[in-house]
Amino acid sequence: MSGLTKVILVISALGLAACDNVTGGNSNTGSLTGGGAGGVADQTSPAYFQQEIGDRVLFVVDQSTLTTEAKGILLSQANWLLANTDYTATIEGHADEQGTREYNLALGARRASEAREYLVSQGVASNRLKVVSYGKERPLEICSNESCYSQNRRAVTILTGGLTG
Amino acid sequence: MRVFLTGVLLAAAVLTQTGAAVAQNGPLRIEITDGVIEPLPYAVPSFIAETAAANEMSAQIARVIASDLSGTGLFREIPASAHISKVTDFNASVQYADWKAVNAQALITGAVSVNGNRLTVRFRGYDVFADKELDGGGLQFTGTTDGWRRMAHKVADSIYSRITGEGGYFDSRVVYVSETGPKNDRRKRLAIMDYDGANVQFLTNSASIVLAPRFSPSGDRVLYTSYESGFPQIHVMDIGKVQRRVLSTDDGIMSFAPRFSPDGRTVVFSQSQGGNTDLFTMDINTGSLTRLTSAPSIETAPSFSPDGSQIVFESDRSGGQQLYVMAASGGDARRISHGKGRYGTPVWSPRGDLLAFTKQNKGRFHIGVMRTDGSEERLLTASFLDEGPTWSPNGRVIMFTRETQGASGRSLLYSVDISGRNLRPVRTPDGGSDPAWSPLQN
Repeated sequence: MSGLTKVILVISALGLAACDNVTGGNSNTGSLTGGGAGGVADQTSPAYFQQEIGDRVLFVVDQSTLTTEAKGILLSQANWLLANTDYTATIEGHADEQGTREYNLALGARRASEAREYLVSQGVASNRLKVVSYGKERPLEICSNESCYSQNRRAVTILTGGLTG
Repeated sequence: MRVFLTGVLLAAAVLTQTGAAVAQNGPLRIEITDGVIEPLPYAVPSFIAETAAANEMSAQIARVIASDLSGTGLFREIPASAHISKVTDFNASVQYADWKAVNAQALITGAVSVNGNRLTVRFRGYDVFADKELDGGGLQFTGTTDGWRRMAHKVADSIYSRITGEGGYFDSRVVYVSETGPKNDRRKRLAIMDYDGANVQFLTNSASIVLAPRFSPSGDRVLYTSYESGFPQIHVMDIGKVQRRVLSTDDGIMSFAPRFSPDGRTVVFSQSQGGNTDLFTMDINTGSLTRLTSAPSIETAPSFSPDGSQIVFESDRSGGQQLYVMAASGGDARRISHGKGRYGTPVWSPRGDLLAFTKQNKGRFHIGVMRTDGSEERLLTASFLDEGPTWSPNGRVIMFTRETQGASGRSLLYSVDISGRNLRPVRTPDGGSDPAWSPLQN
């Protein structure tokens, strides 16, 4: 199990789209099972962070303001990061496809930065948190309507580090 | 027109002029600015093979010329099956009556010889209804056989220029992002090809996302954005050697949307820090940075005016994306777009008189053009998603990205005349996005 976790973390650190398919999203919740160390039931595990706390927050069209729900998830993320200091994180900002490429890169940067600032405001050291924007380059859902767009307008907290043992 | 053609000839190292120039302008002329509804009918019989080795190439060259001319929407080819005369001798008199009978207003004849890898193409253009050669006389191009398509493009550029009075654009290339895979696993590679989709060459592998390549003014280098480091950073590639380097090296700072200044020494681009995106310039040799904007809004997609004095860009400082123009040194900017909807990705035309842009309104995307003061806006296209215009070297045609809707949606390259006519796909082996048109080649 810990071997699997390592693989997941390495893929995540590379920032590839494939990581989304491996590490979660609502459709994959529960794909990492088992109660051992590194599993979902282990509250110190990345799997717990991804699936139980939620590694992502969603945004309204063309907005980067955090919703009440997003703030709740980020508060839990902050508490987890404060308790698990071996980890650092990169926050990926994304946009839906309804926008020009450059603007969406800038919009994704705003979203990732909003999430980062909230984590910092809750006490997470700023040097543990990087941001990167993918604009509209890495959609999770591929239909062209709001049901997909709402899942693609997101900021995802990708854990790195913690590769001991 | 005469002055311009001379410029083309001087610029083309492989050219030698063989015919005498005609003294005055002939009547055969397409005035593009007035708008063309009826394409001009022309004939381009297979060129005459003067050596056995030229048999295949002589026919192919005529086909490329026809593809170039008819592809503009300004010309219509009279097919070979309708021809009455057969041209068998390049120097023999043209049977004008036979070409008048099939309503070919222009006629292009040529001869090709191949000796080893050396290729010589001679051609003449005729104004059929005036019973005479087109201004400019016969021309001869010499080069190597692997450059045969370029020679065909040069013939077509020459004919196009003589009949329209404008510069050509066929001997040019396009750098773009080649795309494969579904939307949620899209693989992107930098690629370069002739303007018509021939001779595709890949410049990067698909391991990292690459975005929005842009040519240097001399066409020898390309700027683009790559995620190779994990963060978007600007790279510059020498396309002859396929060698590249990172322009900005600050780890963790996102840089994107680069473009060269007209003198090729400066790069203008966007940098995001703390969620805020502003415009900067960088001296490409020293790496020294100059901040152009400092606002909490998004400033991106900058493009220099051809004289290098101004920069047009998009900003949401007024609430939504709009277009602004400022001095190339930064400072106050003037909003120029005022219509409904959002405006982005402005690009200054090579002539300096127009801006091309992407417009979003009521859930549709458009490619449009406007004067540089924002007046006379015209939308040229409409679809689910059109974006990222780039200008042909003569400022007559715009190429852009069109992405189709839905789970199976894919990106393809399209081109459209600035009149809004002649919308057509550009053939690429896979999907394509973010085209950038080169200057005319030398």
